[in-house]
Amino acid sequence: MAISTETYLIVSAILFTIGAIGVLTRRNALIIFMSIEMMLNAVNLTFVAFGKELGEIAGQLYVFFVLVVAAAEVVVGLAIIVNIFRSRDTVDIDDINVLKG
Amino acid sequence: MMEYILFGILSLVAVVSGVGVITLRQPVHCALSFLLTLASLAGLYLLLTAPFVAIIQIIVYAGAIMVLFVFVMMLLHAQRGEGPTQYLPWQGLVGGMLALLFLGLVSYFSIFANAAKTSVSPAPPVICQAPKGLGDIPSMAHCLFNQFLFPFELASVLLLAAMIGAVVLTKKVE
Repeated sequence: MAISTETYLIVSAILFTIGAIGVLTRRNALIIFMSIEMMLNAVNLTFVAFGKELGEIAGQLYVFFVLVVAAAEVVVGLAIIVNIFRSRDTVDIDDINVLKG
Repeated sequence: MMEYILFGILSLVAVVSGVGVITLRQPVHCALSFLLTLASLAGLYLLLTAPFVAIIQIIVYAGAIMVLFVFVMMLLHAQRGEGPTQYLPWQGLVGGMLALLFLGLVSYFSIFANAAKTSVSPAPPVICQAPKGLGDIPSMAHCLFNQFLFPFELASVLLLAAMIGAVVLTKKVE
């Protein structure tokens, strides 16, 4: 008997929760970013699991597009973080509380 | 049998290294732990007959995005560490309970929705019939260039915009 879809969904839920805790708890901007990527990976696992259950190849293609969007988001987000570090010399988000550039 | 063992090992490694990402103090250690998470997720994709997604995950996520992260960590090496995180004495306990509640809710709804679907809702509409196997590249190409042609073109525009944006954002203002 193959592994049921619910088991993969539970693993995905655990990874998503871990990512959410990381976003809300850590204060280093890079680690927050990595936790966001972990949440995206958890959703990718959900997509592939449901694609396997329904016999759909569209599940894996959604993962493909999520990967493209994640790559673009990481590029722009890291550029912003580098800029913040250049002007304030910190990436602790508790210290980045002024909108002035 | 082998499938159960592989699934157990891979999901355990994924969860433990995921906890390592949010727990470790040094950012480079968190990046390495996240690499381990990505690799074990690629193994899980292989168990779900998605070989193309697994290889793309290794190449793009672990091989490009995480390398970019480590590069930026190298550029930001002179940062101070994080300050004290406990502002309220009971915030850890309440946070842990809320996290468990969130996890329970997500798991409950995913299992409940999956179990009830065959009895309540009709069959979902078929988006793509795989002409060959489930994870084969010919099937994915057939689906990508027929049903998903417009998102594919939009994805290339998005990547172009991201590249231009990164170059513009990191230019030093004279």
